[in-house]
Amino acid sequence: MSAPAVHVRGLRRVFGTRAVLDGIDLDIARGEFLALLGASGTGKTTLLRILGALDRADQGTVLVPPARTVVFQEPRLIPSKRVLGNVTVGLPRGETTRETGRQALAEVGLADHADAWPSTLSGGEAQRAALARALVREPRLLLLDEPFAALDALTRLRMQDLVGDLCRRHRPAVLLVTHDVDEAIRLADRVAVLRDGALVRDETVAVDRPRDPADPAFAALRRDLLADLGVHQATETH
Amino acid sequence: MTVTTAVTTEQAQAAGLVAPRARTTADRPRGVSLALRTLGPLALVAAWQLSSATGVLTPDVLASPGQVVQAVGELWGNGQLADALSTSLTRAALGLVFGAGVGLVLGVITGFFRLGEELLDSAVQVLRTVPFLALVPLFMVWFGITETAKVALIGVATSFPMYVSTSGGVRNTDRKLVEAMRSFGLSRWAVVREVVLPGALPALLSGLRLSMTLSVIALIAAEEINSTEGIGYLMAQAQNFSRTDVLAVCILIYGLLGLAADGAVRVLERLLMPWRPVNGRAVVGR
Repeated sequence: MSAPAVHVRGLRRVFGTRAVLDGIDLDIARGEFLALLGASGTGKTTLLRILGALDRADQGTVLVPPARTVVFQEPRLIPSKRVLGNVTVGLPRGETTRETGRQALAEVGLADHADAWPSTLSGGEAQRAALARALVREPRLLLLDEPFAALDALTRLRMQDLVGDLCRRHRPAVLLVTHDVDEAIRLADRVAVLRDGALVRDETVAVDRPRDPADPAFAALRRDLLADLGVHQATETH
Repeated sequence: MTVTTAVTTEQAQAAGLVAPRARTTADRPRGVSLALRTLGPLALVAAWQLSSATGVLTPDVLASPGQVVQAVGELWGNGQLADALSTSLTRAALGLVFGAGVGLVLGVITGFFRLGEELLDSAVQVLRTVPFLALVPLFMVWFGITETAKVALIGVATSFPMYVSTSGGVRNTDRKLVEAMRSFGLSRWAVVREVVLPGALPALLSGLRLSMTLSVIALIAAEEINSTEGIGYLMAQAQNFSRTDVLAVCILIYGLLGLAADGAVRVLERLLMPWRPVNGRAVVGR
């Protein structure tokens, strides 16, 4: 049995009269990458926010590592701080902190932008700065809340590779919330689908790496996941 | 890694996992919130009553709350208070309408139009640094002891905070939104009306709040000098006869005017900005 990083039992969260999360059981092992899929409004962001202590659970047991960080859909950089200042914000001041901040920026390919203002960055650069800010804290749990959703298609592919690469190097447990099935299969060790307040699927991705959308196993899993999400593809006949 | 390895909660805790503690504040019932708000003023009155009752505050320094209530009854009974209130409120309201109106228009011009800023801003900033109390003698010379002098003084005093807040708020308008509206063929005036002013409303209302406070201050300054009616006149009379109870009534009225102005702006905020999240709390996505 591998050591756990996230332990959730019987989690319930109710908004008004609707149970958005209704008795969720979830485990994420250390260093494991879990992609959580779901249509809009199914509560996947709520689950992430509860794990990140940004929202409360109404019922159930939730256990997470003390060191955890979030990358949001938008970069959420402080406009009045330079990029390096944003990465090291809240950390103890000092030369070593600045150095680790610079290293983190170098890892995401932003070494030259350490002294830039956030408003001068492109969307992809700003999101990479947000990623550096999350990684510099050496989290044991990294929460990614649709971090690529606002990026253009090319930048998104590049960012996915970068995130996959960084996660393999730093080995935090990762929860990626997304509605992009291809993205989930490309990156994750395991995929789960949230629907009507429950996890209707939770399975290990058996596709060989590097994962190629042309791989039949990739296509089969993609079809199953889309069906779970309510998108039914016509069977291809050609 | 397999999914089926069941971990018990005890094992997870032993592995160093902790429960996330969300810092969300529970909604307080309306009544409790209101009670908490009135606690401060009530404590002040209680302290006042206590010091009067124990003799720390003698009547020649400040009348007790009971005497003040009696004075209110007396002034209300002979109609003095109602007359003074209506005169003073008219002056303050007229001055505020003129002053805040001018400040609003100038603020929009300098905040939204480059040329307006270049032409007007430095001139207004120079005028802004003149303390409005210094204008009292000049206005006396210009207008004599008339209503115009008083209303003009209040107008001058209230226009500047409105101007500063408005131009700042308008300058922070989302330029991308303006660009988008231009592409839909909106005229400049239409852009100001549909985008700029609604966007600047928070700044406008905080400017209005400052202006309302200043209008009361300017009202006192205008009425203390050569006035034959109004609350300031009532105060001058009370001062001559050492009536600390009437003085306290007048001071309390000025305080209540400020409180009412604040409440009015709060109501305006709710009415004018229905799109804003309630209690300043962001509506989070699910």
